Amino acid sequence: MLRSRIIPGLLVSNKGLVKTVRFSSPKYVGDPINAVKIFNEKEVDELIVLDIDATVRGHEPDYSMIRNLAAECRMPLCYGGGVKTLAQARDIIGMGVEKIALSSSAIESPNLISDIAQVLGTQSVVVVMDVRRERNGYQIYTHNGTRPARMNPIDFAVEVQALGAGEVVINSIDNDGVMKGYDLELARSVRQAMTLPLTILGGAGSLKDIGSLISTFGIVGAAAGSLFVFKGIYRAVLINYPNRAEKEALNIQALQVSFAP
Amino acid sequence: MISIVNYGCGNITAIANIYKRLDVPVSIASRPEDLRDAEKIILPGVGAFDHVVTCLDKCGMRDPLNELVLTRKKPILGICVGMQILARRSDEGVLEGLGWIDGQVKKIDISNFTRQPALPHMGWNDVAPVKRDSLFAHLEVDPRFYFLHSYYFDCANADDVLAVTDYGSSFPSAVHCNNIFGVQFHPEKSHQCGIQLLKNFSEL
Repeated sequence: MLRSRIIPGLLVSNKGLVKTVRFSSPKYVGDPINAVKIFNEKEVDELIVLDIDATVRGHEPDYSMIRNLAAECRMPLCYGGGVKTLAQARDIIGMGVEKIALSSSAIESPNLISDIAQVLGTQSVVVVMDVRRERNGYQIYTHNGTRPARMNPIDFAVEVQALGAGEVVINSIDNDGVMKGYDLELARSVRQAMTLPLTILGGAGSLKDIGSLISTFGIVGAAAGSLFVFKGIYRAVLINYPNRAEKEALNIQALQVSFAP
Repeated sequence: MISIVNYGCGNITAIANIYKRLDVPVSIASRPEDLRDAEKIILPGVGAFDHVVTCLDKCGMRDPLNELVLTRKKPILGICVGMQILARRSDEGVLEGLGWIDGQVKKIDISNFTRQPALPHMGWNDVAPVKRDSLFAHLEVDPRFYFLHSYYFDCANADDVLAVTDYGSSFPSAVHCNNIFGVQFHPEKSHQCGIQLLKNFSEL
């Protein structure tokens, strides 16, 4: 039985891990390699690491950090941040990263998706959409939520599937760091639009929130930042992750779901 | 010495790090002459079939690998697309694989899928050995491994199937013929189960 993936989503800024709230006020939460070591011990399903400086500062991806992360990870790693070319993607995959996340570059030049998929395989291309709820529906933003892409995630999800992406990550700007649950309506609208693996990020405040995502959509990627780095109402930094029995209990709920749009 | 073939297509460091922790000596073979002392070989692989085959040929690894594996019978473990290129052909491309295990690489059939997502097959799934083999010794009950692929190895001989996994229907997730092994999943990214499997390969 294939299981839902429960994924810590980590943000890197100035070589440290940070956690944001609605994409602002980044709080330092620790050292990336140290976090990976702890997540190794906790046997996490997968990791997403997003460098939130690279695109806005116009930097190349931090290859030495990526190389170190990939070498340390005993679980699959998805890296995003500043990847604009096939050559960069190939280098990063060559360092032992499983998946490349594209965001602004996929919006600016959608053909990058097919270029990478043809060489590195469709399974290595992940498209991340940072989404804000607006009066006229959901809209994609880039550059850490500062730049409207004038595109809605439903149409873009259909497009990236046709171009050969292997996974879509929907990151809710409104729910980021709020820990009050996922935006299930947003998740549903994208789920109905395409058949690729879908991962939802933004809003999980408890394992119950992950449970409701899984019981709504069946097999899904449930990603979370705050939930796995903070503990308690004072948001003390403490890396945590469900144990095997807790994960099994969450996954059993997926068996009852046969989500067909 | 276990030689990990480094031809720009796969997670060499993650595999090497696991062996380092296990105290098993490994070497990274980036040129054909690096394979000279290979007692065992690991052939990783990430990417599209033709891309992986092209990288292997460009590095000049095909002939020395043929000699080591077919003539000198050194044990080899292909991982993910490194397993798929053990076949001669893939529906994903037009180039010729190594052709060491009889079969063809096909796209996973999702025609009777009611559940989403469909492809790629991505995530943790069960691996059920169908033969007793030391590659799968000492694993925990209900071992599970990380998969990330859309194509699978369809063996021509049922005897070559070492383990199966269910995704829509059952497909070979590990193959074995004489000294040649292949796994579709990523042991280097599968926590304790993966570490144990790599340890088992080193002790064959």
